[in-house]
Amino acid sequence: MEMNNHNEVIKVEDLVCHYGEREILHNVNLTVNAGEIMVIMGGSGSGKTTLLRTMLGLNKPSSGDIYLMEKHICGLSQKELYKIRQQFGVSFQGGALFSSMSVRENIQLPLCEHTRLDRNTMDIMCRLKLEVVNLSGFENLMPAELSGGMLKRVALARAIIMDPKLLFFDEPSAGLDPVVSAELDELIVRLKNAMNMTIVVVTHELESAFRIADRITVLDQGNVLITGTVDEVKNCKIERVQNLLNRRPRNDQVDADEYMRRLTGTVS
Amino acid sequence: MIRYNIQKLGANVIDFVQTTGMMGIFLTNCLRQMLTPPHKIMSIIKQIHFIGGRSTIIIIFTGLFTGMVLALQGYHNLKDFGSTDLLGSAVGLGLIQELGPVLTALMVIGRAGSAICAELGIMRHSEQIDALECMGIDPFRFLMVPRYYAAIIALPMLTFIFDVVGIMGGYLVGVVLMGVSEGSYFQGMYSSVDWSDVQLGLVKSFIFGLLIIWIATFKGYFLHVLKAGGHGAEGVSRVTTDTVVLSSVVILASDYLVGTIML
Repeated sequence: MEMNNHNEVIKVEDLVCHYGEREILHNVNLTVNAGEIMVIMGGSGSGKTTLLRTMLGLNKPSSGDIYLMEKHICGLSQKELYKIRQQFGVSFQGGALFSSMSVRENIQLPLCEHTRLDRNTMDIMCRLKLEVVNLSGFENLMPAELSGGMLKRVALARAIIMDPKLLFFDEPSAGLDPVVSAELDELIVRLKNAMNMTIVVVTHELESAFRIADRITVLDQGNVLITGTVDEVKNCKIERVQNLLNRRPRNDQVDADEYMRRLTGTVS
Repeated sequence: MIRYNIQKLGANVIDFVQTTGMMGIFLTNCLRQMLTPPHKIMSIIKQIHFIGGRSTIIIIFTGLFTGMVLALQGYHNLKDFGSTDLLGSAVGLGLIQELGPVLTALMVIGRAGSAICAELGIMRHSEQIDALECMGIDPFRFLMVPRYYAAIIALPMLTFIFDVVGIMGGYLVGVVLMGVSEGSYFQGMYSSVDWSDVQLGLVKSFIFGLLIIWIATFKGYFLHVLKAGGHGAEGVSRVTTDTVVLSSVVILASDYLVGTIML
């Protein structure tokens, strides 16, 4: 099955996901257009990482459809999924670098597995990508010798080694100081402009999201509250969006009797 | 209370059936990938070094002392019947058929099986396995195949070393310390140990290698879905302990089964 609009690199339709019996995503709809940075934003437990993992094919959806680069990925076999995944890059929250491999080996891994390039060419490509992420000369270090920010940049270098057209980031600035975080944001925007990439970023960092996003999708408790440009999201009147933007704690009204029933486990 | 216990029993039965099914599918996938070329020889050699090479010293020590104890016990028992000439055959048969494969397997579980399980568990926990999948790299090919080949190659080799060192340990105690004649020690062994005994030991060690690596890789790979697993350091420690306990029990049970079938 293929989707029709060629400008849409990702299309998610009526996506429902469960963990056990708990429904995490409720009928999520989302489109990501070619060449844009889409930020998926939301608080902890809003379902943004589940949405990302489902888009990557790491979680199976309960229902709904996901189209990735014009391919419907929900019904694909594992082998077909591996083939599609070679066309995009993913940078995980903690970097997910292999601790037994050097920076060079980590970055070259996709090349070693999917291409027949000779060692010299791979070394040159590795150095080029390290230069892109401002880590020239670090290729012989082990991941344990790098700082958190460096790990993320090496992970980014690995994600772009195959020159993908689509790039995913899971919490790129989590755990980084503001300066390194800003550098990484700048890098993401630079990648989009220089390599015309489509980029999906999952984050809960407001400043970072506003700095890099072309469009933002706000998730709350598994529902999409709004999808729009930075200004549209900032001016959105939905209370829960404003709570998130203004860092206001959620003020759910709890019925005292209901609370007692939940606490004591008695069913009314 | 009764209802709770029945529910718990039911949940455990369902969990057992699910886990067994998952293990079967997991092994099938691994074996299918093992039979699908090409393979990275360097990765296999690296794993043989990890499972086999790094276990050699401990296997030599275990084999030496096992052979020595076997000869010591055997000598005192056989002396009562005036049959110390049979010491060589007792040591040889005991080591080659039983103790060699079983003790080697137990040592490898403790040294390499637990390490492999913990390594894969941490890889799962730190999203390295997810990262592999997202790079379009099949984790079964990349992580499992070299380890499976390494285990089924290294275990028979380690067992062979164990047997040889054990026989030398037996020689040390029986011949050098207790004064059994060298000729009768080796002649007894030569006349009672035949090729089928060696074959039995090798088949056992091959099967044990497969069982160890199957349990260790399964437990580590599925850290996130197993009942004993869960996330974090505690989950890794629990599945690692589970691997050692389950592998040890399975090795002893399958030792009996293989013995029954082949003897």
